[in-house]
Amino acid sequence: MTDASTGMTTAATAEAAEPSARRRTARRAWRSLLRARWPVLAMLILAIVGLAAAFGPSFAPRDPNRQAIMARLKPPMAVDRQGKVDYVLGTDALGRDVLSRLIYGARISVVVGLAAVVIGGILGTVLGLVAGYFGGWIDDLIMRIADIQLAFPFVLLAIMFLIVLGPGVWNLIIILGIGQWVTYARIARGQTIAQREKEYVDAVKALGARTSTILFQTILPNILAPLTVIASFNVASVILSEAALSFLGLGVPPTVPTWGGMLAESRDQLLAGRWWLAIFPGVAIMATVLSFNILGDWLRDFLDPRLQTTG
Amino acid sequence: MWTYVGRRLLQSVFVIIGVTVISFVALHMGGDPTYLFVSERATAEEIAETRAKLGFDKPLPEQYLSFAAGLVKGDLGTSLTYKTPTVDVIAQHFPATLELTIVAILLAILVSVPLGILAALKRGTAIDGGIMTLAMFGQSMPSFWLGIMMILFIGLGLGWLPISGHVPVLDPLLRGEVLTAIRNIPEAARYVAMPALTVAFFSISRNARLVRSSMLEVLGQDFIRTARAKGLAEGDVVVGHALRNAWLPVVTMLGLEFGFMLSGVVVVETIFSWPGLGRLVFNAINQRDIPLVQAAVVVFAVTFVSLNLLVDLIYARLDPRIRLS
Repeated sequence: MTDASTGMTTAATAEAAEPSARRRTARRAWRSLLRARWPVLAMLILAIVGLAAAFGPSFAPRDPNRQAIMARLKPPMAVDRQGKVDYVLGTDALGRDVLSRLIYGARISVVVGLAAVVIGGILGTVLGLVAGYFGGWIDDLIMRIADIQLAFPFVLLAIMFLIVLGPGVWNLIIILGIGQWVTYARIARGQTIAQREKEYVDAVKALGARTSTILFQTILPNILAPLTVIASFNVASVILSEAALSFLGLGVPPTVPTWGGMLAESRDQLLAGRWWLAIFPGVAIMATVLSFNILGDWLRDFLDPRLQTTG
Repeated sequence: MWTYVGRRLLQSVFVIIGVTVISFVALHMGGDPTYLFVSERATAEEIAETRAKLGFDKPLPEQYLSFAAGLVKGDLGTSLTYKTPTVDVIAQHFPATLELTIVAILLAILVSVPLGILAALKRGTAIDGGIMTLAMFGQSMPSFWLGIMMILFIGLGLGWLPISGHVPVLDPLLRGEVLTAIRNIPEAARYVAMPALTVAFFSISRNARLVRSSMLEVLGQDFIRTARAKGLAEGDVVVGHALRNAWLPVVTMLGLEFGFMLSGVVVVETIFSWPGLGRLVFNAINQRDIPLVQAAVVVFAVTFVSLNLLVDLIYARLDPRIRLS
């Protein structure tokens, strides 16, 4: 996991105050993004993956599940009798088009990655806010549960739940989402404790605001910055977990193409040297995960220059 | 110190109870678990009989208590595929996994610490950039893909290392055959190299980054400047002063590392046909041998929690601030 970044709230507090200041921040972010170069490449890759996930069916060359017995295990760029390239990235053992399967696979990775992070993020942030704001036994209870979960490699529990519940996108999203809440809860709690004694919170309280207003409209906007950084790294690690579970055959039903599932199938073809079946899905996973990690790194440096990791 | 030990022990017990509750809930979440234990063509009487035999007809709290009582006695049920107690099946496969994990952890420490120090000392240079870029890639790669790539290029392409199988060292050692164990080491090393590197790669990458930032923080402090000012050799400053302090976050990480590695071995063992717990779990998943999966998860959990406890206690001995707080 990524380590907790603290103490970036002062800048965020000041920026949240005025819209014009916010626009200035956006411009500063954009300039820093262009200067850093790598994040631009990461955004570009994510844009491509995002497009594939959203509109894949309309530009994938073929139905990803259509089997062509005559065109089994074609290497990439193989030329047919008419001199045409039918399968840019080749075909698998059932004659299915690798490129189309890659495009369709983006959808599962992106949807599961984002949805699990949203679920885990909301759950964790709310619990962390509540724990930090109220303290006392509620705090104790929530944090002890968090300790229990943190003290345990979650992939193992995910394996157990999924084998009993069976495969399915929703099961996958829920299990992976629940796996993420602790990180958000710990950070949200720490930040809330730091914020709750501040004067602006006292002021809102004195005006007679309801507790829910104080929590979600007063404190939450001021603790969002570190949570966004975590979320970016988190999408990366969830995509890796999803790939691992799909690789084990525990993700979505086998008819749905996934990058992890494609890699699992590629293993039978390794000895025969069908390298393309193993390389392309792996590259797709790595490029996507790497991009989220690069963006997370940049976001962290941008939001808190004191944590700068480069030069 | 003792209050700290007591508190951590109690915490560990709670974690293990938590894990057993969750695995119990998981088993019952998909409805009546009896159906997981009978064949698809079982008659109604057979199902009822199995249900009574497994105790699934009793109220849930009672079932949990008998499940927990079995756990305490070391009874984790009977494997559906092996037809023997799951504990025995797991005990057979455990040494191979332990070997793999130990080698992977050693590899992770021996590679990541020097790389992290080097990157910190050469901050801002091409060496630093190279190491950090590599670490970034390492953290973004699924370990099973790295394994497949190593099989493809190092195993099959270059033919340098065997792509599957295992030569035991720990197993003969446990049986008291020390000579066999020692004689096996060179061959075992060839077999363990690729799987261990695959398991360790993520940790190497993460720890290299961690050591680097931790070193940078320590190197900027006053006592380092003092050490340099009084004319200590640079090597003494780096190893004797800086590393000693930069060590601590890395030690904490190692305990958690073991857990990540345990999850990692499930896929890595499958790829390299390593006869350990991970492949056992994978096969058990495919054969829907639920009692075996469950027993393995509990064993993993207990191992992980005990190791974490051990690391924390060592840590508390090293750093008095922890046990006093």
